[in-house]
Amino acid sequence: MADAVALTPPAARVRLGGWWIAPPLIVLGLFFLYPLILIARAALIDDSGALNLGAAFEVLNSRAFLNASLNTAEIAVASTVGCVMLGLTLGLIFAFAPFPGAGFVAQVIDTFIALPTFLVTLAFTFLYGSAGILNGALTSGLGLEHPPVDFLYSAWGVILAEVTVYTPFVLRPLLAAFSLVDRSQIEVASLLGARPLRIVRQVILPAALPAIVAGGSLCLLLTVNEFGIVLFIGAKGVITLPLLIYSKAIQESDYQSACAIAIVNVALSLALFSLYRAAARRLGG
Amino acid sequence: MTVSAAVSRVESSLAAKAAAGSDVSFDNVSVAYRGAVVLKPLTMAVAAGEILAMIGPSGSGKTTALRAVAGFVRPAGGRILIGGTDVTNLPPYERGLAMVVQNYALFPHMRVSENVAFGLNARGAAKDLIGQRVEDSLRIVGMSKYARRFPRELSGGQQQRVAIARALAVRPRVLLLDEPLSALDAQIRRSMVEEIARLHADLPELTILYVTHDQSEALTLADRIAILKDGELSAIGGAGELYRRPPNRFAAEFLGRANLLPVVVEGAVREGGFVGVRLGGTKVIVAGANEPSGAERLLCVRPQNLTLTGDAERSNRIEAVLSEIHWQGELTHLVAQIGESILRLVATRLPSPPARGERLEVFFSPSDANLIVEDAGG
Repeated sequence: MADAVALTPPAARVRLGGWWIAPPLIVLGLFFLYPLILIARAALIDDSGALNLGAAFEVLNSRAFLNASLNTAEIAVASTVGCVMLGLTLGLIFAFAPFPGAGFVAQVIDTFIALPTFLVTLAFTFLYGSAGILNGALTSGLGLEHPPVDFLYSAWGVILAEVTVYTPFVLRPLLAAFSLVDRSQIEVASLLGARPLRIVRQVILPAALPAIVAGGSLCLLLTVNEFGIVLFIGAKGVITLPLLIYSKAIQESDYQSACAIAIVNVALSLALFSLYRAAARRLGG
Repeated sequence: MTVSAAVSRVESSLAAKAAAGSDVSFDNVSVAYRGAVVLKPLTMAVAAGEILAMIGPSGSGKTTALRAVAGFVRPAGGRILIGGTDVTNLPPYERGLAMVVQNYALFPHMRVSENVAFGLNARGAAKDLIGQRVEDSLRIVGMSKYARRFPRELSGGQQQRVAIARALAVRPRVLLLDEPLSALDAQIRRSMVEEIARLHADLPELTILYVTHDQSEALTLADRIAILKDGELSAIGGAGELYRRPPNRFAAEFLGRANLLPVVVEGAVREGGFVGVRLGGTKVIVAGANEPSGAERLLCVRPQNLTLTGDAERSNRIEAVLSEIHWQGELTHLVAQIGESILRLVATRLPSPPARGERLEVFFSPSDANLIVEDAGG
């Protein structure tokens, strides 16, 4: 019987050579690279079909672009820091000092990932807007003439909304990392004389560093490219790169400028992504 | 020896050594998880500088008792005193202890020297002192040349040495060892047991609570052994005494192998500390006192204390029929039938091994056998 099995010829294998790679390459080219090429082409070639770098340089040297770049960087960095701080605090509580119902609260926070970003902004308008619940309560409660809470229609409103929306992107990997922290390390550290803050700083955070870097980088990427929240809040003077692209393309029909800015935005995103990959590699992620 | 007698003996010796400040007392300590009692009220004392091994099967409460000393579990009742001070409500970082666990629990992102310095930094020690202590601790465990390595670059045995150095560096009042050698292979384990014994010889003032399920580790290292069963202290006593004269069936069977044969007490014999008992139709003399005539007891004798040749010392002679014989290199194990009971013998040298079914004459010394009450705390 064993011989019979040994003599059975192996099933014929389909020999595709290198052709199996063609379909994914076609999809990648068609849906990702081709649109990028179109954007680059639109940024560098004018309506007559000639190479024209002047328009691109002009928009990239403009005050509007500089302001948008600064706004984008400031909001993205502030939101990411906020997400990491909040995610870290919540993660430490959920993982190491859980209260009854902590798991449910963590799941509720998780659901923010599934919500459209503008929905959170809309909820913020109801909560903190000029005619929102908070201002309504304060004006009627304190007998004020004007609503006292006025941060929503500023960069702070954008940052708060982004922190609310993107914190789960930090919290989720952090909780996964915290669940892998060896509890006996914490116990031994504690018995050696380390108080809770030292244990967090010297035992837990180093173990969770790859998760912090991963979650933080993802937040940075998403907040750099965030469009819905900024548009929906409509804060005065808060124009970010995605909003500037929208404004140039849709409101001013200046596609060449819009595409030039888009190229910068894409380059920025790719640079951040490379940074994230390098950090993840360095940290063993 | 009864548990209460052992406790009271240790408590009096404890009073003498209390000044050392590293004695540990369990005063009616009980622990419960979600209403389920995992450690029943435990009263036990560990003298300063003593090694007490806590052994018992899984779920016996030995690790829970250790964790209560560490402050990782809050007792449902009772008090824990270290150096005479009630530490029951102190957080672990204020207890002045150190611990070595089964999986080493080294901090993987820190080098060996940083791991060893961790506790000193946490306790705010001066830089010079930290450097000196790290050096000393690594030297004690023979790891000086590995100071710059990360834990992942070390073998299991080396990592455990670093874990011990880290614990010693803070000069703990009490060192807690929670199955520290369980993750090591047999050969390294043996050498680590010897190293810990040497270490304690060098640091005689260090009190050690050693939790293990390995009886040979306990017998090698411990001054005294506490045997726990089902969350309760089943027996406690000096390692040798507990091995030679186990107070109950559980202690006899958990700490090595034992023959437990039903006997009836006949009465005290002329030599003090011995009683005559009837084993089937044979009268034998065993260690014991104050045993009432006619009482049913278990005669406890270790397999290696039985021989096939008698002499003046091994004056007890019983007959048994050999049912099995297993040669295992250095030792030969014999299993014989004596009435309804099984008798196990271990012989180191048997020039002419008996055959199965052969009637054997088995000898043992009266001082190598003692009596156990069937349901005495075990």
